[in-house]
Amino acid sequence: MKKLNILLILTVFAVITAFAVKNSSEGYKIGDTATDFKLKNINDKMVSMADFKDAKGFIVIFTCNHCPFSVAYEDRIIALDKKFKEHGYPVIAINPNNPEVSKGDDFESMKVRAKEKGFTFPYLFDEGQKIYPQYGATRTPHVFLLNKEKGALKVAYIGAIDNNSQNESAVTAKYVEDAVNALLVGEKPKVNFTKAIGCTIKK
Amino acid sequence: MERLLLIVCIAAFVSCKTEPKQSENISDEKKLPEKVITIPSYTYETLEPLLHKEDDKTYVINFWATWCKPCVEELPAFEKLNATYKNQNVEVILVSLDFQNQIEKRVIPFIQENNIQSEVVIMVDPDQNTWIPKISKKWSGAIPATLIYNKHKREFYEQSFTYELLQNELKKF
Repeated sequence: MKKLNILLILTVFAVITAFAVKNSSEGYKIGDTATDFKLKNINDKMVSMADFKDAKGFIVIFTCNHCPFSVAYEDRIIALDKKFKEHGYPVIAINPNNPEVSKGDDFESMKVRAKEKGFTFPYLFDEGQKIYPQYGATRTPHVFLLNKEKGALKVAYIGAIDNNSQNESAVTAKYVEDAVNALLVGEKPKVNFTKAIGCTIKK
Repeated sequence: MERLLLIVCIAAFVSCKTEPKQSENISDEKKLPEKVITIPSYTYETLEPLLHKEDDKTYVINFWATWCKPCVEELPAFEKLNATYKNQNVEVILVSLDFQNQIEKRVIPFIQENNIQSEVVIMVDPDQNTWIPKISKKWSGAIPATLIYNKHKREFYEQSFTYELLQNELKKF
């Protein structure tokens, strides 16, 4: 009987750890609580979401310099920030790539690109690549829309910015805009998860 | 530049004079590249039959793009697999996800420069959120990604391959 108990405890432990490992490797799901970060911005200052006292949430976008899909979306990311910052949902962009294997994604190049394009939002460097695996970002650009609920940042939408990366004028579904607009009227986004082609995050 | 044009014109004129019968056709042909490559464009609807053939072959479908560094790095492995196994009922198809406006500028020159022998098609369907999960529920949309299938089995890989890894996977089919 004692043996059986030990076996039972071991089994329960194994199951719990298996799930724990599984969750962390797969990243966030809708409704999960997102952790804050403290990452270096292109102005050399550290940025955390906790710094934004008045924010109702955040449009966190894993993006980078080199990826053609990221480049194709730069203007649309700026537009998102301009549109929703004043409503409490600013954009925070994070470059998750290891610059040693991804040419052009180093911190200095980030500064250059942000200046060229006139980024209106923080563009942070995931130094040591600790943050993107927690979120479960797999590609650039990859959006995680967070909504403040009772002090916790809950994941409200994961995926693409819209449904046409190559041709903005042919977009028929603006996933992120629609999702933020839903949050602004106190509703859950109707579409909360989408997929898109993107560049692999370089480890 | 103008001088060059003038020389070309004179040369064409002279050749016209000497061989008047074939004049215009020949000068037209000379403007074309040595080997003309066209790449068929696909939407999901037209690509789908390629991903569900029920013949005796095993198909290795690689999703790549010229701008994707790890994709370009692993292409030689797919080329080698194609060369080694094409007589053993294996077919490699390279599905490019390059932007549509890059086909002439980048994809065709890339194929010529690297002498790519496997079949290349280009996927131009913009509605990625609809077709990515249809290709595989496991696929997040990051590339490189590879689908291996035959009529009995199919497996999807969101990862990079070496030739050895690829060969090992193929042997499971």
